[in-house]
Amino acid sequence: MFQSDYIILVIGMGFVTYLTRWIPLSVLAGRKLPSWLIEWLDLIPAAILSALLLPLLVTTGEPRHIELFRPELLVAIPTFLFALKTKSLAGTVILGMLLFWLAGKIM
Amino acid sequence: MINCYNTGSITSIWQNHIPTMPIKLESDIRTEITQGLAAAWPVCLGYVPLGLAFGVLAQKAGLHPLQIGFMSLLVFAGSAQFIAISMLSSGAAITSIIFTTLMVNLRHLLMSSALSVYLTRAKRIVLPLFAYGITDESFAVNLSKFKYSNWNIKRALVVNHASNISWIASTVAGGYSGQFIPAKAFGIDYALISMFICLLIFQLRGRKYIITAIIAGASAVILSVTVPGNSYIILASILAATLGVVLRKWIKKV
Repeated sequence: MFQSDYIILVIGMGFVTYLTRWIPLSVLAGRKLPSWLIEWLDLIPAAILSALLLPLLVTTGEPRHIELFRPELLVAIPTFLFALKTKSLAGTVILGMLLFWLAGKIM
Repeated sequence: MINCYNTGSITSIWQNHIPTMPIKLESDIRTEITQGLAAAWPVCLGYVPLGLAFGVLAQKAGLHPLQIGFMSLLVFAGSAQFIAISMLSSGAAITSIIFTTLMVNLRHLLMSSALSVYLTRAKRIVLPLFAYGITDESFAVNLSKFKYSNWNIKRALVVNHASNISWIASTVAGGYSGQFIPAKAFGIDYALISMFICLLIFQLRGRKYIITAIIAGASAVILSVTVPGNSYIILASILAATLGVVLRKWIKKV
């Protein structure tokens, strides 16, 4: 890939990404939102994180299909319990990586 | 949600009563930075394995460390960058990579909207700078801080930019060390997943959040195997949050 093509690619990616971050702030900040919208926005983080996470644990391949017995899901159980108990982001990341690495050695 | 309209009120009262005190102000800035960094460090640390992993993959796809740093600086969106690299190596067109980036990052619309609730008192001039640093992780940290503590835009900016520096530095470092590290070493593949697990737990603060998360997760799995591409993330999130609001009276009774 040519250098100039790469620069165009990165500027394009940066531009569209910035728009998704900036538009709601410029439109919504400083306004009083209706209570149902605040409640909806309050549920969005839990929804997004769960929607990001679950498919990573129980689906695989191209085209994507469901496969339950994978190290990803197995390791997620102790990692989940550890996170629930400690609420430590860094600790959870390190433990998850360690367990996944061990699972790769054993399985 | 009563809390959200009080954000920043303590500092503004304080400023009204003591208008000019340079020494105090300096220590005030120092407090903001210390508080921001205290909240940011797990995110920064979490970005190190992710950034290294990204740098290694990008180097293997033929990018120079400086090109990697350039992308991390301008885009600063982990999953979109990972996808871009895999599309680059399979020879995808620039336009389709940019379009995919937009689709993957549409979720920022929701995060940025959720944060805007707490930024009604912030100076409008810093909002563009704040927008730049909104990621899954900085969003989750800042949101819970805004909600449960005396958080303000300055501290939130420290969180965003500290994570940004950590991301750029570790992706570039990954680019330089890529040739020495095998692709799957040290469970690097699992860094993102375990980070999502912990961030999700931060969000599960009551029954309605748990029910919403279950609906989102289940529908995301179903959509991900039926709808091509990555649109399942935004579809499942909107569906689950909408159901959560619609069913909220029923959820309270259960």
